[in-house]
Amino acid sequence: MLEIKCPYCGKRSQNEFSYGGDATVKRPTLGKEISTEDWDNFVYFRDNPRGKHTELWHHVSGCRQWFKASRDTATHEIFDTCKMNEAFNE
Amino acid sequence: MRLSMSNTYRTKNSTGLINKNKKINFSFNGHTYHGYEGDTLASALISNGIHLIGRSFKYHRPRGFLGVGVEEPNAMVQLHEGNKSEPNIIATEVELVEGLKAKSQNCWPSVQFDIGEVNNLLNRFFPAGFYYKTFMWPKSFWMKIYEPFIRKAAGMGVAPLQPDPDRYEHNYEHCDVLVVGSGPSGLASALAAAKNGARVILAEDKANFGGSLLTDEVTIGNMSGKEWANDTVAQLKSLPNVILKKRSQVFGYYDHNMTVMIERVSDHQENPSKYTPRQRLHYIRAGEVIVSTGSIERPISFGNNDRPGILLASAAKEYMTVYETLVGKKPIIFTNNDTAYSTALEFLKNDITPVILDTRNNSNGELVKEVKQKGVNIRFNSGIADTKGHLKIKSAVIGELDKDKENFTSLESIDCDCICMSGGWTPTVHLSSQAGNKLKFNEEIDAFVPDKKRQRESAVGAANGSFTLNQSLAEGFQVGFDLSNKFTNNNIETNTPNSKEPKYEKHERLWCMPLPQGKKPKRFIDFQNDVAVSDVELAIREGFRSIEHVKRYTTLGMAGDQGKTSNLNGLQYVSNIEKKIVPEVGHTTFRPPYTPVTIGAIVGREVGNHYLPTRKSPIHNWHEENNAVFVAAGLWQRPRYYPKESENMNDAVNREAANVRTNVGICDVTTLGKIDIKGPDAPEFLNRVYTNAWLKLPVGKARYGVMLREDGMVFDDGTTSWLSENHFHMTTTTAQAANVLSHLEYYLQVVWPELDVNVLSTTEQWSGIAVAGPKSRELLSKLFPNIDLSNEGLPFMGLVDTKIDGIFARIYRISFSGELAYEVNVESNFGLHMWKKIMDVGKAFNIQPYGTEALSTLRIEMGHVAGAELDGRAVPFDVGLNGMVSKKKDFIGKRSLSKEAFTSEDRQTIVGLVPLDKRTKIPEGSHIVENDKVASPVPKLGHVSSSCWSVEYNNPFSIAIIKDGKNKIGKNLFAVSPLKDISIPVEVVSSHYVDPDGERVRS
Repeated sequence: MLEIKCPYCGKRSQNEFSYGGDATVKRPTLGKEISTEDWDNFVYFRDNPRGKHTELWHHVSGCRQWFKASRDTATHEIFDTCKMNEAFNE
Repeated sequence: MRLSMSNTYRTKNSTGLINKNKKINFSFNGHTYHGYEGDTLASALISNGIHLIGRSFKYHRPRGFLGVGVEEPNAMVQLHEGNKSEPNIIATEVELVEGLKAKSQNCWPSVQFDIGEVNNLLNRFFPAGFYYKTFMWPKSFWMKIYEPFIRKAAGMGVAPLQPDPDRYEHNYEHCDVLVVGSGPSGLASALAAAKNGARVILAEDKANFGGSLLTDEVTIGNMSGKEWANDTVAQLKSLPNVILKKRSQVFGYYDHNMTVMIERVSDHQENPSKYTPRQRLHYIRAGEVIVSTGSIERPISFGNNDRPGILLASAAKEYMTVYETLVGKKPIIFTNNDTAYSTALEFLKNDITPVILDTRNNSNGELVKEVKQKGVNIRFNSGIADTKGHLKIKSAVIGELDKDKENFTSLESIDCDCICMSGGWTPTVHLSSQAGNKLKFNEEIDAFVPDKKRQRESAVGAANGSFTLNQSLAEGFQVGFDLSNKFTNNNIETNTPNSKEPKYEKHERLWCMPLPQGKKPKRFIDFQNDVAVSDVELAIREGFRSIEHVKRYTTLGMAGDQGKTSNLNGLQYVSNIEKKIVPEVGHTTFRPPYTPVTIGAIVGREVGNHYLPTRKSPIHNWHEENNAVFVAAGLWQRPRYYPKESENMNDAVNREAANVRTNVGICDVTTLGKIDIKGPDAPEFLNRVYTNAWLKLPVGKARYGVMLREDGMVFDDGTTSWLSENHFHMTTTTAQAANVLSHLEYYLQVVWPELDVNVLSTTEQWSGIAVAGPKSRELLSKLFPNIDLSNEGLPFMGLVDTKIDGIFARIYRISFSGELAYEVNVESNFGLHMWKKIMDVGKAFNIQPYGTEALSTLRIEMGHVAGAELDGRAVPFDVGLNGMVSKKKDFIGKRSLSKEAFTSEDRQTIVGLVPLDKRTKIPEGSHIVENDKVASPVPKLGHVSSSCWSVEYNNPFSIAIIKDGKNKIGKNLFAVSPLKDISIPVEVVSSHYVDPDGERVRS
C-alpha cells in the first residue's frame, strides 16, 4: 500500500485516495471546433510510460481535493506531490 | 484415547526454557501424551520419541521434523477439531497448550499405514511434470475426473466447513525503525536505535527473544550470550519509545515500507478471556526497516535423506538447548562445515557420542578441535550414500569419498536413530527480496545476500551474510544508530561490546552426495514439494533452462514453504549440471507471505454485519416496524416492499403500485444523492455539466438534467433546483451519488479552476419523502393549509419553502412515478416525524407506503430510464433522451455525440415489450431475436433491461434496448432466456406505456 502525501493533509495511506490518471492531459476548450482525431486522443488515448509519470490523485476519503503526483510507475516511488495550481519542487 | 506414553527423550541438564513444573497434556492422532510449558508441539512429540508426523505431498513418504521453526517443510498438521479446525499448521511453530489436539495430514487410514504410499512404489511413474504430461487429454476429463482426483491425492489438510468462531483484530502502527528478528544483530540494532530516541518496534517470531544467543555458547561483554539477550530485552522494555512483540512474524514487505506482521496473541493460552483476539494482524508503516532475520541451515541431498529422524544439525541443537529434548540417542552428524560440531558438543554433554561424517578433508576449527579432544573419532572425507528405516531412520550406508568426491570408494552400514545434517547456512533474504532488493551472490558463503535496495530497508547480521557474532553486533549497533539519526537529533551512540565466539573454518562446496553404485535412491532437495535431484535433472534434460521455468516444472521452492531450505540447493544443483556459476543461473522471486497466514487474520473483524458499513435512513425503524422487506442499494438498506399477512412479493408490489395510481403512496427517497452547489459561477457550471440549458432557469424552479461522460455515455440523471441566487440543490441517483460528487470536484478543481463554485454532499442532511398519486395534492393541502398547492400556485417542477411544527420543509413538485407527485424534504432529524405526520393525515386518502419494487414498476410503466438502461453504454439518443441535448451550447461529452458510431440509425434504442399472451413475465436480461427457430448463434437484436407487471393494464411489461428500436414498434419478436430455457413471443411497443403525453404529472 502506497503512502501518499496529500499537499493539504500530509502523508496518508493509499486507501484514502483514488487515482485520476495522467495529469498532463488538457481538456479541449469548450465551444471550440476540434477534429475527431484530436478529440479521440483526448478521450481514449493515454501514454503508458515505464518510469516517471505525472498523475492526478483525489483525496476522496479526506479533504476531497484533487492534486498532482509525480510517481515512478515501475518502482512506485513518489518523487513529489503538489496542489493543482503549483509546480513540483524538482 | 490410548494410554499416555512416557516422556523419555529429554536432556540431562535443565538449562533450557521449558518449565518442568508444569505438565501439559495433548493428543496426537488420538494418543495422549504430555510435554511441559515452553514446549512446542514438535519438541513435545520428539521428547516422546515421535518423529513420524505426516506423509509427503506427492509420494506419501513417511516424514518427520527437518527443522525447529519457520523453516520446517514437513511437519504440517491439522490442529483442533470442529469449527476451530485448522489445516497445514507447522508443528514447530505451535506452542503446547493443555488439551491441544493435532492430527497428521495427507494420509489414510493412518500415518503409519497410508494407502497413498503406493505412489512411492510407483514413483518412476510420477516424474517432474507428471500432471502436465498425464492429464492433458481428453480435455473433457479435466473438470470431472482429473482435477478432483489430483485434489484428493495431492492433499494437504482439510479446510473446516463451519465459520471460524475466533476473533481476529487489525492494528495500524507507525514507527521510525522496525527491527525484524531478535538475534544478536536485531537486539543490537533495536538497542542502538532506541537509546538514540527513535520509536522502535522489535518483532520476534518465537516465544522467546534472543535468536541464536539462546543456543550458541558465546560471550558478550562479561555475560553469556543468553544473559546479554535477557539484559538487552530488559533495557528495551524499560524504554517508552520501544514496542517489543514476540510470537510475531513479519511476513510481508510491501510498497513504501508497509510491512505486515501476524501476532499469535492467545494461541498459547489455555483459557484466553472472551474478547482476547486469537491473532492480530499489524500493518506497520516503518520509516526504516532493519532485516535481522538471521539464516537457515541448508540440508544435504543424499539417498533417502527424508526419513523421519533426519533433521538439520542446528534444529537438533535447539531442541536440546532450548527445549531440553533429545532428537535421538544414537546420532550421526553429517556436515560440510564447522557449525555442526556445536551440535556434537551438545550430545556429548548428554553422554552421547555421535558418529561424525565430514565431507571435508580436514578442519582445524576451534569446535572441531574441541570435539577431537573429547576423543570423538571424526570421519573426514566421508558422506552418506543411503539410509534405511521405513517409519523411522534405523541405519545409514556411509563411506569414504574419492578424490573428486564424485563416488564412494567403500560403503558400510551403521546403525543410528537420527542424522543431524548441515550444509552450511543461507541468509534469510525473503523480506529484503520482497522489498525489491536485487540480491547478489556472495561466493564466500555461497549464498545470496541483499544488495541494491529499492526501499528503506537494511539487512544486518546473518541475514546480510555476516556469520560471525563480532560482525553481527558491530553491524547491528552501527546500522541501528545511523538509521535512528534520521529521526532524532540526539546523536547518542551506543558502544559495541566485545564478544567472544569459536573460530570457524570454511565450509566445503558440496551439497549433493553421489549415488551408491548400482542404486538410485531418491535424494530430496525440496521436502515440502517432494522434489528430488532426479526431478531437477529431468527438467533440464527436457529443456527447461530458466530457473523460473525449472521452479514451475518441478514445483521446487513453491507454496507455503517458499524454498526456505531448498532454494539454494536447487540452484546449486542446476548450476552444477549446467556448468555455470550460481549467480548466472539466478534466483527465483520470493513472495509474501513468508509463512502461511490464517485467512481469518487477514479478514480481521470485517465479517458478517461488519463486512461493509450499513447506511440507514432516519425512517428505517418505522419501515422495520411496518413489516418492510429490505434490499441493499449500495450500502443503503431500502424497503423493497411491505407485505401484508399472507401476501407474497408480487401481490404486495402490485397493491402498492396500484394504490399510487389510484390513491396516494408514500416512499422514502432519503437515499438519493444530494449535492449543495454555491457560487456566482454555479449556473455556468451546471450549463457545462448538464446536456440541457441551465442559464435561463428561474429561481424557485427545478429542472431535470442529464450528464454525460466525455465519451458521450449517459453518466447520471436527476433534478436540480435553483434555490436562491448562486445557490442550487442537485439530486443524483442513489448508486452514482459518490461518483457524481467526485466528477464535479474534478471539473471544478482540475479543468475549470477559474469557476467560482463550491460543491458539498448533503445526502445525509436531508430526508426525502415522495408523496405520489392523484390524491397527493389533497393530502398535502390538508397538511400545509397555508400553501397554495394548486397547479398555478405550485406547478410541475416548482418548489416552495415552508414550515411545519416549527420545522423547515421544502416541497418540490417532481415525479418519478409519472403521477401527480411531490417530494417533501426536511432536515434528517425530522424525517421520521414528517413521515408519520403524512401517514396520519394520509389515512383519510388510503395512503400506503411503497418500496423500491413498486417504485420500479411505476417508472418502468412510464418508460422512465434508470440504472438498468443507463449502463454506461448508452448515449442520450439510445434511451430517448435526445430531447434533453442542447444543440446550441457545448457541454461535457458533447463532441463525442457527433461521432459516426453514435449517430448511426441502427443503434440499439429503447422500446417497450408486451408478451403476446399478456401473461408470461419476461426475465430481465433476456435476448431479443427475430426468429427463435434458426440455428445458433441467433443474431441478437438487443436485450431486456427492466421488467414489471403493469398495474395499469394488468399484464407484463418490459423495457428493452434493441437495434433500430424506433422502426421495430408494432413488430412481433421473441424474448429468449437461455438460462431459463424459455422463448416468449412479444410485441414491440413504445417505452412510454402509460400516459405517454405526461398529462398526469402536470394535472
